Amino acid sequence: MSELTSLTIAQAREKLLGKEITAVELTDAYLAAIDEANKTLNAYIEVTPENAKKWAAISDEKIAKGEAGALEGIPVGIKDLFGTQGVHTQACSHILDGFKPKYESTVTQNMWDDGAVMLGKLNMDEFAMGSSNETSYYGAVTNPWKAKGDDTPLVPGGSSGGSAAAVAAQLCAGATATDTGGSIRQPAAFTGTVGVKPTYGRCSRWGVVAFASSLDQAGPIARDVRDAAILLKSMASVDVKDTTSVDIPVPDYEAAIGQSMKGKKIGIPKEYRVEGMPEDIEALWQQGIQWYKDAGAEIVDISLPHTKYALPAYYIVAPAEASSNLARYDGVKYGLRVTGDDITDMYEKTRSQGFGDEVQRRIMIGTYVLSSGYYDAYYLRAQKVRTLIKRDFENVFNQGIDAILTPATPSSAFKIGDEEMAADPVKMFLNDIFTVTVNMAGLPGISVPAGLDSKGLPLGLQLIGKPFEEEMLFQASHVIEEAAGTFVPKRWW
Amino acid sequence: MSVDIDTVKRVAKLSRIACDDARAQKMQGELNAILGFVEQLNEVDVEGVEPMTSVVEMNMRQRSDEVTDGNKADDVTANAPASEDHYFMVPKVIE
Repeated sequence: MSELTSLTIAQAREKLLGKEITAVELTDAYLAAIDEANKTLNAYIEVTPENAKKWAAISDEKIAKGEAGALEGIPVGIKDLFGTQGVHTQACSHILDGFKPKYESTVTQNMWDDGAVMLGKLNMDEFAMGSSNETSYYGAVTNPWKAKGDDTPLVPGGSSGGSAAAVAAQLCAGATATDTGGSIRQPAAFTGTVGVKPTYGRCSRWGVVAFASSLDQAGPIARDVRDAAILLKSMASVDVKDTTSVDIPVPDYEAAIGQSMKGKKIGIPKEYRVEGMPEDIEALWQQGIQWYKDAGAEIVDISLPHTKYALPAYYIVAPAEASSNLARYDGVKYGLRVTGDDITDMYEKTRSQGFGDEVQRRIMIGTYVLSSGYYDAYYLRAQKVRTLIKRDFENVFNQGIDAILTPATPSSAFKIGDEEMAADPVKMFLNDIFTVTVNMAGLPGISVPAGLDSKGLPLGLQLIGKPFEEEMLFQASHVIEEAAGTFVPKRWW
Repeated sequence: MSVDIDTVKRVAKLSRIACDDARAQKMQGELNAILGFVEQLNEVDVEGVEPMTSVVEMNMRQRSDEVTDGNKADDVTANAPASEDHYFMVPKVIE
């Protein structure tokens, strides 16, 4: 049974098409694994076994008839942010209590059209606001990784913490996730998985609960680079229902894997060498540089001068967009309603009881920076800074750089209930210091596991690419994977 | 810039989030920590810089003006906490 769940998507695909295993067997193996692990890890907040078995049986029929899709019979987990018809979709918030959409998000529909099997919905930070998965209404997710000789439960990162933990613990073959400031790449780094944040406009946002519309982008979390490429190929599309979906055909990402990096230029930005960064991470970064040299790539020192302003600008832009996106939750159209003396009292009570602390903070910040008299000083300035951040990247890519190599996170996974992070919201924000620039500039980024730190916890390296050149990221990240191998946590749950 | 208690309460009101004194106190500290953090943007020279409106340079796609959806009143009201005959029910608004 555990043998089946340890197969990558590429391996399972081969065995399914070769009739060595059936989709029903594979799905049953995952359902059993979830049953055993989920009480401890809390990665899934809703499991859909009946649907899964039904879909798997259909996949077996399609395989028998030679009509298999690209993900036929592959069991996947879906972040709770994606609208799934008739199935729990709450962005892990209390305010969407009982919400079951009457529609399917484009990204998940693409996957079902390709034959994927949904196992259930995955835990996440409420409305994707957080970096530890601790803001979820359904409680924290426990990282399947633990430090050597230390039993302390660790966070899987966030906001796609359930997705990352489920992939790492082999509770699904792959998972959907979303990334607004680092929510795919940071949890991937914390769990030894591969996470891809595609170019803005590559995956449709239609049917995905909105957080910050100009930054949100869906992408996969997978066990290795090839699986991530397979998943992204299915998730990405040109969608008329999303006006920001970009009209560029989706390439075969898998074909890029294994292509030579000889003569390619890898940029190393000096601004990512931050004060107080653990030695392990600096060493890993140097190791990554060496791997690219060994692969025949040219290493180029570059400068992205506005890097340090990306995070503060993000904490104006993202809350501003969130405050308007989340205005729709008023206790009238869907979800929770808390009755009040009049309609305004009802709105206020519903929203104060329905939203968690982090979400309320961000709505308040967003409302403040957009309020009359402050708009120019905050929001307009932040959007100007964003232009400068994007320009930094354009300058570097115009110099001929093919991809930029940076650490993925400033630390490895930290403990659940970290007192310092709880006391200071800004401290939690700093988790995204290396990832947020990519969202601000709309670029694609990938986090690949590159090694373990001295505590035995996974660390990731990030590659940043040119718009719509995800292929280069798959090509380049394969070098790290070949050198570092893949990482599976020792099972304790 | 930092916010005082009255501003916190005003912003809470604008946000339609109930906020008593104790909560406003707590929020004030948290909001000021965040506003303090974003203050560093004032160091950046943004003279003559266009604010970003879209990360991808593209013309917004246009679609033909035709009916593609509709007659879904059941679906639209299906998730409402209170509805009747395809209306969302709310407390009395007009005296």
